[in-house]
Amino acid sequence: MTRKMEIDGVEVAFSEGETVLEVAQRHEKEIPTLCYDPRLEPFGGCRLCIVELEGARNPVASCTTKATPGMVIRTTTDTIEAYRETLLEMVVGENREVDVSPLRGYAAGELADLRDKYDVSSTGITGAKSGTNKTDDNPFILRDYELCISCYRCVRVCAEQEGDHAINVMNRGFHTQITTEFDGLLKDSACTFCGQCIQTCPTGALADKKALRAVDAVGDAIPDKTRTICPYCGVGCSIDVLTKDERIIGIHPAMDGPANQGALCVKGQFAYDFVHHPDRLKTPLIRGEDGELHEASWEDALDKAAEGFRKVNAKHGRHSIYGVASGRAPSEAAYLMQKFIRVGFGTNYIDNCSRA
Amino acid sequence: MSNPLVDMQKPDVIFCIGTNMTECHPVAATGLKKAVARGAKLIVADPRRIGLAEMSDLYLPLRVGSDTALLLGMAHVIAREGLIDDAFIKDRTTGFDAFFEHISQWTPEWAETITGVPAKDIETAAMWYGSVDKSAIYYTLGITEHICGVENVQSLCNLALMTGNIGREGTGINPMRGQNNIQGAGDSGALPNNYPGFQSVTDPEHQAKFRTEYGTEVDLEKGITKVTALELCGDSIHAMLIDGENTLLSDPDREHCEHALRSLEHLVVIDIFLTETAELADVVLPATAWGETDGVCANTERRVQRLRAAVPPPGEAKSDWWIICQIAQHLGFKGFDFETPIPIFNELCRVSPIYAGLDWDRIEKSEYQWPVPHKEHPGTPRLHEETFVNGRGIFSNVHYRDPAETIDEEFPVWLTTGRRLQSYHTRTQTGRAEGIDYLLPEESLEVNPVDIEKWKLADGEWCKMSSARGSITIKVKATNRSPRGTVFASFSFADVPVNVLTGSGYDPVTHTAELKVCPVRLDPL
Repeated sequence: MTRKMEIDGVEVAFSEGETVLEVAQRHEKEIPTLCYDPRLEPFGGCRLCIVELEGARNPVASCTTKATPGMVIRTTTDTIEAYRETLLEMVVGENREVDVSPLRGYAAGELADLRDKYDVSSTGITGAKSGTNKTDDNPFILRDYELCISCYRCVRVCAEQEGDHAINVMNRGFHTQITTEFDGLLKDSACTFCGQCIQTCPTGALADKKALRAVDAVGDAIPDKTRTICPYCGVGCSIDVLTKDERIIGIHPAMDGPANQGALCVKGQFAYDFVHHPDRLKTPLIRGEDGELHEASWEDALDKAAEGFRKVNAKHGRHSIYGVASGRAPSEAAYLMQKFIRVGFGTNYIDNCSRA
Repeated sequence: MSNPLVDMQKPDVIFCIGTNMTECHPVAATGLKKAVARGAKLIVADPRRIGLAEMSDLYLPLRVGSDTALLLGMAHVIAREGLIDDAFIKDRTTGFDAFFEHISQWTPEWAETITGVPAKDIETAAMWYGSVDKSAIYYTLGITEHICGVENVQSLCNLALMTGNIGREGTGINPMRGQNNIQGAGDSGALPNNYPGFQSVTDPEHQAKFRTEYGTEVDLEKGITKVTALELCGDSIHAMLIDGENTLLSDPDREHCEHALRSLEHLVVIDIFLTETAELADVVLPATAWGETDGVCANTERRVQRLRAAVPPPGEAKSDWWIICQIAQHLGFKGFDFETPIPIFNELCRVSPIYAGLDWDRIEKSEYQWPVPHKEHPGTPRLHEETFVNGRGIFSNVHYRDPAETIDEEFPVWLTTGRRLQSYHTRTQTGRAEGIDYLLPEESLEVNPVDIEKWKLADGEWCKMSSARGSITIKVKATNRSPRGTVFASFSFADVPVNVLTGSGYDPVTHTAELKVCPVRLDPL
């Protein structure tokens, strides 16, 4: 049986268990949200996603309201938009700043985008600022709680997505403060520095310190993004590499990555800069008469590499040469390594590094 | 993995053995945590009280290297309690009658004497695994890095086959692969027993195919494994081409390994850093790193995905594929005139039936899990749904064997090795990533606090750890993660080269080293 409801005067189908917000988004209705992350259980905290439900006395939060047959919903009435504007004014007025670097995190610009969309002035409602920054000497996660709007996305992503339960809430109401157990440092908590809190935060209150350190070098411009796969374990998480001026300056998890669906770990999130380390080999090296390795041209190095295999082959035969392929280079390298051994020497003297 | 990663959220019972998933595959572990939050039961078998053990419903702290005994005991209980799936056994498997008789002798009480796990807990684990609709097995190198790695895997297969927990959503036998393209390296044929696509080198049909494809004769017998090759260095192996592996730190028995590589007449290493291994080479060729290379990789669930270059390489570094092509061309080999990685991958697809439906353009969106036998095929998220590749699932009448070396008066402590969350392999990468040192500045040996006192060591102080092969000094860390009599260290830190100690033995079939078991002695400094 198809289930039907009405959204903005149009009859639409929905499936059992869908929320009003999910149905509306599927039909390309633009409903503003701040506490919503599609990967997490609905929370209903920010109230921006309110809609009019026919028959209900007050607007309802569309993220926590399940769709039911015959429901009549209006997503964008003048009243609803006015409510949203007021809510946004209050949220914006509580914060030290709204325009933050896009390097702070994947969702860091959400509040600024909504402020612009609703043309909310930051001086509309001025009052006390909420949230107290926490000094934390960790190199990865900035805890700039003056920008916190108590949407609890960090608390929930840590619990629901990561299962780490490292982030908590202290106090209530205006004095609500995001913190960790015993209000200590992240490294003394259950935090694994996966960076998920940074990436879901809609205001940049929790921010990527490592990426922000690159701001001095590259300015505040929006970085380029390249979709690729994390270089570490075999899970194969999809990531977007942020680059500026030929430097990698940060990593965003790919929310639609088939293996990770937005999740990452500390290595994939933060351990990318080995690529630019000064230790990187930049030229070929050849061992000289003195027994030391010396820089060489590609032509000389390739000559020497080939010459060695030719000599050993001539002297000891084709079963004296062995190839080891990498588990971290792309498949093309492994394929050609086995082809090199099989075509070049007619043997199966080839392996990769999976046995140890 | 027989099943896709998304299946991790779906089992009723999850059996994790020899996998420290929250540290080594943290993102995969998030799926498992969600299953547990939803109410799935988690059984964890591991010598160490790892993070997974803390969140488990049933923890089986087995002695290192005793997995086969534990799994035989579980199979015994499943059979005894009538928890077998008769229809599945009849339709899909072979050899059950003999197996049924075989396991009648391996009681949980016997398994307790080997593993140290109480018989009643072995019974509970078996009852849980065998009595629900969907049970899934997850394992990592804690199963395979033993002299009995093959028997361990076969024992897991026995459990899945006798209960019909394979070929369905939320079930399966799921090894987690450790490197981002270790699956792809095997898929690509970098193996002594298989051509690309796991086509056996001893099959005349495959031999004929590659004779035509490559235009050369190729040996009709299997090659030797890297382990054997290292043993034969200076004897019958005289030249090696190593791409992106820090053999000297990652392989067991460092002294043997260094001696082997030094005795080569010619060693060429392709890498991104001057690793300990590259330092021994005659020629070192600078490769592009991740982030600088276009290519393809395959993950632990057989998903074939694109790697994309985001930044240019430093200096004159070149792609691995280009370097290998150039060496081949300098030797006059045919079939290496590639200008980009695209035709290389497409050639791999053309010669590999499991990749036959793929090409460079089709994998743009990471949609396919192999096998993808033709262009109309949607890929295979779940293996063995209808049939097994070899027809029927085979029960294996395995026997428990002791590790290659067991503790004695001289070396009375079990050392087991592995990885940590914040470091990766030999730290060529994570050791050069800013900030990681804040979380993990140095290696330490995890020792039970009671043992620290008994062995006259001190928390935070250095000790000498020796095995039959050598000794190192390492800082002691008191933790209840280590059980009494067993200690743990990672192999990541060059200044604490644990592989000086390991290397007691190898699985005779796979030649995988017994890196998980090494009797040692600890002395205060």
